[in-house]
Amino acid sequence: MNTIRLARAPLYAIIVSILLTTVVLTTTNADPVAAFTVLFSGALTTPSRLADMIMLASPLLLCAAGLSISFAAGQYNLGIEGQMTVGGVAAMAVLRLYTEGDSVVLLWLGAMCVGTVAGACWAGIVAILKQYARVSEIFVGLGLNFVALGISLYMVFGPWKRPGVASMSGTEPLADSLWLPVLGNTRATVVTPLIAIGVLALVWWFLRATQWGLEVRASGLSQAASQRLGVPAIRRTIQAMLVCGGAAGIAGALQVLGVYHALVPNLASGIGFMGLLVALLINADIRFVAPLVVLFAVLTSGSIQLPLSLSIDSSVSGVFQGFLVLAMIVARALLARKERG
Amino acid sequence: MDKLILDIAALIAMSTPLLLATLGILIGERAGVINLSVDGSLLLAGMVGFGVAFTTQSVIYGFFAAALVGATVALLIGYLGITLRLSQTAVGFVFALLCTDLSSFLGNPYVQQSGPAVPAWAIPILTDIPLLGPILFRHDVVIYAGLVLIPLIAWFLERSRPGLIVRGVGERPEALYARGIDVVRVRYAAVIVGGALIGLAGAAYTLDLKQGWTYRHMAGTGWIALAIVIFGAWKSYRIAFGCYLYAALQTVASRMQVNDWEIPTQVLQVSPFVVMIVVLAVVNSLSTPTVQAWLQTVPAPVRRLFTYVTSPAPASLGKPFDPAG
Repeated sequence: MNTIRLARAPLYAIIVSILLTTVVLTTTNADPVAAFTVLFSGALTTPSRLADMIMLASPLLLCAAGLSISFAAGQYNLGIEGQMTVGGVAAMAVLRLYTEGDSVVLLWLGAMCVGTVAGACWAGIVAILKQYARVSEIFVGLGLNFVALGISLYMVFGPWKRPGVASMSGTEPLADSLWLPVLGNTRATVVTPLIAIGVLALVWWFLRATQWGLEVRASGLSQAASQRLGVPAIRRTIQAMLVCGGAAGIAGALQVLGVYHALVPNLASGIGFMGLLVALLINADIRFVAPLVVLFAVLTSGSIQLPLSLSIDSSVSGVFQGFLVLAMIVARALLARKERG
Repeated sequence: MDKLILDIAALIAMSTPLLLATLGILIGERAGVINLSVDGSLLLAGMVGFGVAFTTQSVIYGFFAAALVGATVALLIGYLGITLRLSQTAVGFVFALLCTDLSSFLGNPYVQQSGPAVPAWAIPILTDIPLLGPILFRHDVVIYAGLVLIPLIAWFLERSRPGLIVRGVGERPEALYARGIDVVRVRYAAVIVGGALIGLAGAAYTLDLKQGWTYRHMAGTGWIALAIVIFGAWKSYRIAFGCYLYAALQTVASRMQVNDWEIPTQVLQVSPFVVMIVVLAVVNSLSTPTVQAWLQTVPAPVRRLFTYVTSPAPASLGKPFDPAG
């Protein structure tokens, strides 16, 4: 395939998505230039906004890194939101064991490990049903998202409810000493982005430089053919899903430790789905994960300023992201088609 | 007794939008096309339907606009999935998110506005039938339409010749292609008609059941609808039963919340998804060669029962058709 022509796809996609978003903006009499300016720079104007952007980008990076592996194995892991949620619930279960004087660091590690395992198990259900009962991973994953949300709601309103008042705002906040330390006066922690970058690096290395990664990618291209050629393709596909679920699980645990400092019902809040958009956009090229995650986090955080400064609804960032992914998919397909003649 | 009748009537009313959406999904999927955008299309169509009805003060224009939105999204998914042969899952998923955000953004002026709604209309004469009258014939046109569509679509898909072609395109498109049938055109038609029905379902929420628009009004409903189609094994009557069962579970759950019962409501609310996953797992593992071989050894009635329970998904669901391959 001619890569030079395909390399134009992102350019076309950006132009088309900006045009479409402009059309949408003008239908509501909003000023597109002002809106795009806030979208792209709103998150970067003050240290505190930058910090919030980093705290959104980190779990997004974890999800997108995990999804790069499950996509490489040819799996649509739409259950990632649920995997993130159970990660958070499991982490909270560990953190509730805390009594004054315990080693905080040990508890953090415990919460992250248990969260990772919980997310991996949640993905494991999907993977095993897919591989051994031929059930679509898409519907099991989506179904388990709702089940995970149900579990988290049950915990918030049932066993872990705030004394007296159970509310959507979540469980009783963690003891201050359990909060991940923050940078200055901002809400950004150091631990979360470091773990996210570490996981991305591991994923990158495993996918690109190891036999395991090669086998995962081979299984993704054709599971039947790989299996026949001696690659343990079924096992690799399941492992890829487990890794993705683990990454989502740790993201959920970090949301509890570093962002909400409690278990909130909707812990994932669309971050997993946004990770899926990023994974669709990068088209299996892991070099683009980090830049696109930052772009999506900048747009989403920036959009929070829109209602305040321009009275524009913040959902326009989602509209732009959706158009961008769609335009990219279409541009790639049309260019590849032209190539074939 | 009167209370029970009212409950059943309410159940039918509240299931109607979901029912319309599931029937729309069914038509597309029977032809082999998955419209995974439902959760977003419902919201966008519902919002546009309400907006148009609000502006024109005409419910009919509202429903028309909603059907148009649903059909347009389906057409785009059709172009990308059928013509460009992209992954229907990927495309549908992106549309689900995009349409949700579009509905939030464009629907901003209509939030919490009170607009026109479908008027109630008891069918004369029929409304006086004891028992059936209050249950079935004291609703409005949208609800009647939903009730009529269940047997109509069942008949169309299972008994009529065009329905046979639709099913064939979803099962073995190459066989129909060989007999001179334009597979691509049938698939486009099915997914667009289904999309229009999904659009009507959106308007049935905003102009009938919930009568108004707010952000992410019925978010999640689309995923539930997709699950119910699987639960209903791609058959109209079973899908309708799934919709009523789901509504009944929701009603029970909300009553329990009031009475502060022991069973947590969240458990009941997620139970349809657990059921769907179990059904999928059982159905799919029953179609494995080992179980099929075992089935040949059991008495015929048992075998028939199994075949009934395990009616599988359309064989070419989500697979693009390539006449050359």
